[in-house]
Amino acid sequence: MTDHDKSNKNQATGRRIFLTRSLAAGGAISALPLAALNPAQAAEPNPDFSTPVDNRPYTPTYFQEAEVAFLEAACGRLIPKDENGPGAVEAGVIEYLDRQMESGYGHAATWYMQGPFADAPPEFGYQSRLKPREVYRAGIAATNDYCKQHFDGKVFAELNDVQKDDILKQLEAGKITYDQVKASDFFSFLLNHTREGFLSDPIHGGNKGMVGWKLIGFPGARADFYDWVGRNEQYPLGPVSISGERG
Amino acid sequence: MADIKKKKVDVVVVGLGWTGALTAMELTSAGLNVVALERGGDRDTKPDFSYPRIADELEYALRYRLFQDFSKETCTLRYSPSETALPYRAYGAFLPGDGVGGAGSHWNGMLYRSLPEELNLRSYVTEKFGASLIPEDMTIQDYGVTYEELEPFYDKFEAICGTSGTAGVIKGKITGKGNPFEGSRSGDYPLPPLKDNVAQQLFAKAASEVGYHPYPAPAAHTSQVYTNPYGMQMGPCTYCGYCERFGCYNYSKASPNVCVMPALRLRKNFELRAHSHVTKVNLDDTKKNATGVTYIDAQGRTVEQPADLVVLCAYQLHNVRLLMLSGIGEQYDPATGKGTVGKNYAYQVGAGYTLFYDSNTHINPFVGTGAAGQAFDDLNTNQLDMGKLGAIGGSVVRLNLTGGRPIEQMHLPPGAPKWGAGWKKAIKDNYLTSVSFGISTSSMAYRNCYLDLDPTYKDAHGLPLLRMTFNLNDNDLKVAQDAVKQTRKVAQAMNAKQIVGAAKPLGSKFDLRPYQSTHNTGGAIMGERPDNSVVNKYLQSWDVPNVFVMGACAFPQNRAYNPTGPLAALTLWSLHHITTQYLKNPGALVQA
Repeated sequence: MTDHDKSNKNQATGRRIFLTRSLAAGGAISALPLAALNPAQAAEPNPDFSTPVDNRPYTPTYFQEAEVAFLEAACGRLIPKDENGPGAVEAGVIEYLDRQMESGYGHAATWYMQGPFADAPPEFGYQSRLKPREVYRAGIAATNDYCKQHFDGKVFAELNDVQKDDILKQLEAGKITYDQVKASDFFSFLLNHTREGFLSDPIHGGNKGMVGWKLIGFPGARADFYDWVGRNEQYPLGPVSISGERG
Repeated sequence: MADIKKKKVDVVVVGLGWTGALTAMELTSAGLNVVALERGGDRDTKPDFSYPRIADELEYALRYRLFQDFSKETCTLRYSPSETALPYRAYGAFLPGDGVGGAGSHWNGMLYRSLPEELNLRSYVTEKFGASLIPEDMTIQDYGVTYEELEPFYDKFEAICGTSGTAGVIKGKITGKGNPFEGSRSGDYPLPPLKDNVAQQLFAKAASEVGYHPYPAPAAHTSQVYTNPYGMQMGPCTYCGYCERFGCYNYSKASPNVCVMPALRLRKNFELRAHSHVTKVNLDDTKKNATGVTYIDAQGRTVEQPADLVVLCAYQLHNVRLLMLSGIGEQYDPATGKGTVGKNYAYQVGAGYTLFYDSNTHINPFVGTGAAGQAFDDLNTNQLDMGKLGAIGGSVVRLNLTGGRPIEQMHLPPGAPKWGAGWKKAIKDNYLTSVSFGISTSSMAYRNCYLDLDPTYKDAHGLPLLRMTFNLNDNDLKVAQDAVKQTRKVAQAMNAKQIVGAAKPLGSKFDLRPYQSTHNTGGAIMGERPDNSVVNKYLQSWDVPNVFVMGACAFPQNRAYNPTGPLAALTLWSLHHITTQYLKNPGALVQA
């Protein structure tokens, strides 16, 4: 192994994310619905305005190899790649999640985290002493332990899709409980953050190639629709990122 | 003992949102030296709200970049006086602001006046429906100020904001264009209404067809170029879709930062101190006179700022807590009904309809403004037959498309999968063609809904958190349910593929998790007598006459509309009486 390879905590993951990015970058050019464009806008995008897409592989800094494998497996089921286009993994959601764990949010920096902590009805909101990054660490470990017990020593990432979906559904319904972490907190973080990574601006690491926005038709950070108020017509322009990247 | 004692000033203003900025502006105009203490940072359109960084749903709407830092201070919640409260740890139901501009930086700009009947609600209900309609535990009361008294100050605030709208009643005459049920206005809005998007057109047409009276919702966004009475310039709204939770990059949404601060910053008799967290109003030995305030500065030092006049302009929850921490007035006790500080905490109830169209109707939800919309008041407080319904209050019904931010503002039909390939297909099929209209219902005041200091949980400085004892009440849920029932015909007339109504069932509990509104009111309520209110009709403390308390904490109960209109008009009304009466003869403006 070369030093470069050794420094990459997860070769397989790195390669997959690398491939994902190439795909997203390639897709960025062709997604505009040409029929919706007026003649002046139908020309090829001016290459001078396009922003180079970062193709370097992302190396997770918080999540460890086994955790990345779990997240790729779980996020890939929450938002799968299918006939409607790329899914969470291809959109870079793992990078998004890893960066969130290292952010103030991952550390619950602006939440009230003083005790005493007590169990409460769900209407009282988040009442755990665990920070979001700690919920992921404990939740992934507990889910893998659960899977090992029920599937002959296999971890979540080694299950087939039907089995993965079944575990996720049980977590969602509160049918699996863990000692170290509230399983419902873990599932709701995982689902909400996966959606965030799929639909937030690419500057946060997910939604690569703005695949989430193209799927639904959201024009991103354009933020000026003065001339489209009250027009019962499809908006003609594709999305733009805060970085200037256009889709 | 304070680490630092500052030189005395004429006025210290605590908090620099809308009420603080207006207070500092009007009192510096009167020639006074004013120091404003803001616990958050300084903020301005540039750099804090600049494009393109502001167009970031994750950072501003989901990571709450402009909001209060709960790690330093939050409040606690319990449903009834016998329970132990738990802290409001992560952001959910309501989002107090922080920093210069306060919630006025990241509001939606919905700028409604009071209905005349809202201000004398107890008298109105008693006279029209009989006193027996008011349950024994419902502690609603009149404000002690009338719509006619407040009208010039509404007019002034609408001018400061460059408000866009259409008058419904001018000098007693119904114009036939705006809201026919509103209180009479002295003139039209400063600017014409903003243009309607497709969904608003559909809603207004449907509401008219079924016999309601839709009007363009008054918006504190400029529809044209505008210069306000303080000389501040504004430009037309771009319908960017980043309004509530965001600052305006375009000088279109009225805010303290756009409409007041640039003029105020130039004044030599004004000083802003950001990162200055006031912990107490200091009183002399008589406890009838404030000597100034104590605050903790950015370096963590305790600073005493002496002043002749103290004006509390923090958010509703903080104003009430400061009164409690300072020992101004008597804490309300629900068991005896004695005391007034903390009494009549109220909120609001939300409901509405979501409409799903086929692909021929281009809702384009991202074409959004915070406040422009179509609304009707046929079910609001002065129109609702409360006697027939057997409940008190009212609802405003409004279609107002604030944006189509995909993480939080996407609508999916009931039964759509929450994840997986089915979810992906559902968001693809529904994002561009769905929209909702909202029903906002008033919240009355009740004996057991109040604020006091928590015995267990502390803020970052070791001071007790504010404790909220509150739950939803069936009276208010009943009013909301009725509005949902009545407006089904509007939803049906909008000719959507599918309509989905949402109303909380009777008995629903207050849920801290989903965002509902930052329309917390009461706790330092105004009134006609010291035994039923904290401040008099001029927002002056009954107990310490050189302390004035501005904001929605003064509302004796909450209304259906958004609160900024009356809290700003009441502030300007109070300031008018401070400058024309109080300064000449400091002391109680109303004899107890």
